[in-house]
Amino acid sequence: MVTAHVVAEPARCVECGICSFNCPLGIDVRSHARQGLPIADSHCLTCGECVARCPRGTLRMESSQVFTSPTAEQNG
Amino acid sequence: MPRRYVLVGNGPASVSAAIAIRQRDSTGDILIVGDEKPGFYSRPGLAYLLTGTVPEGHLFSRPDSEYRRYGLRRQVGRVTRLDPKGHRVELASGQTIDYDRLLLAPGARALRPNVPGMDLDGVVTLDNLDDARRILKLARRAKTAVVVGGGITALELAEGLAAQGVATHYLLRKDRYWSNVLDAAESSLVESRLEAEGIRLHRQADLAAVVGKGGRVRAVELKDGRRLDAGIVAVAIGIQPRIELAQAAGLTCDRGVWTDEYMRTSDPDVYAAGDVAEVYDPASGRRVLDSLWSIAIDQGRTAGANMAGAGEPYPRGIPFNVTRIGGLTTTLIGAVGNGREDGDLVALARGDSESWRQQADAFTVEAEADVSRVRLLVGERTLLGAVVMGDQKLSRPLQDLICEQVDILPLRQRLLSSPKDLPDLVTSAWRDTRARR
Repeated sequence: MVTAHVVAEPARCVECGICSFNCPLGIDVRSHARQGLPIADSHCLTCGECVARCPRGTLRMESSQVFTSPTAEQNG
Repeated sequence: MPRRYVLVGNGPASVSAAIAIRQRDSTGDILIVGDEKPGFYSRPGLAYLLTGTVPEGHLFSRPDSEYRRYGLRRQVGRVTRLDPKGHRVELASGQTIDYDRLLLAPGARALRPNVPGMDLDGVVTLDNLDDARRILKLARRAKTAVVVGGGITALELAEGLAAQGVATHYLLRKDRYWSNVLDAAESSLVESRLEAEGIRLHRQADLAAVVGKGGRVRAVELKDGRRLDAGIVAVAIGIQPRIELAQAAGLTCDRGVWTDEYMRTSDPDVYAAGDVAEVYDPASGRRVLDSLWSIAIDQGRTAGANMAGAGEPYPRGIPFNVTRIGGLTTTLIGAVGNGREDGDLVALARGDSESWRQQADAFTVEAEADVSRVRLLVGERTLLGAVVMGDQKLSRPLQDLICEQVDILPLRQRLLSSPKDLPDLVTSAWRDTRARR
């Protein structure tokens, strides 16, 4: 299954907190962003609000393969 | 006995140094001494506090729990004296603190123009959270404001004041905004956006005096005799690295505190990082000042590692910043300037790099669409700099191509002969580079 998650580039982050402030679920997006970690919170809706609001282009949505079927795993 | 580390300043350089120390020295005693009472906050975020984009509470990005997690002690205090021989600092309270390794990262302070009236209530700069709070308080009762200066901070002030409903005038000493970094079309784009936000620009407007009544600002007078009413005068003509401690202690200083490529000052047990540091760059043979958040973090990390004995040089990259000027998201990378002086700035500004002012030995290629604009400095084999305004699709590709000094020879001729294809050429070169990784 292909889905998306938010990834961050810490060199662009100035820790302003706009991302966390605008997250509808109150996820502390900034703490991920400044450390360059993907938003791995299982509650993340991938709504893109943080991506759109970041004034520095720190965040972006990236497609990811989160669940791989056993068949696919076997086939490598 | 555990090694004693004292870090002066509680900004990004200090905190990243502290974490780097802890990663190499699990038992060292790490004390951060900062002169601001509030905890660690985002200094660039003050611009968004002024515009009302983010509330103050959200600016605090490193809670006390993070200090505890790394076993860092934090003390509020102003260091007034450094004794390198005695390995000791003295605080305004009279307390003395001994150290084995010291980091100087006190940052920089705003310069003020040498004109009468600068001491009046209502003359403001934007150095720290207290300043932002003061500006917001003043904006509640002021009807008009005058902004003097250049670079990013002047616009943060102008746009912040305008967003607070204050009729804002912005004085430009010459004819256009940030003339040594932006080209004429880019300045014009920013200026038109400011005017659309209701900010009134005055060109050839040189401040002569700030006039007050009862100790409060009432107006500004210009050298040509014009007079503008003002309840607030906001100043951003550049910053001065806070070198006083180092200078009085006999450390080598010029514009900032000199460091070698290991972030070490002229005293082997004293390091410097962030806005205060004038850092030797072995590649160019020059000493450079930067005032950028990410560079402060990188310099702090190198200083901290070396304070704990790592012996690693500072990997100076190509400075870049992404910011909003005139409401337009703007990426600045590498040497994009013209090597001339700026009329509105007498020194480096915040969010600024000396590298941007340099004039690259390069051809310029430009592409424009609506309110978006890309300017590219094309060197012999690499891209040397770029300004991306508005649409940021090319920001990341250009950051990678320039900072990684990717060989662009295969597309150079097409770039130069067909500027309209710039977006496609850059995107495809970037994709090729990523595919080869």
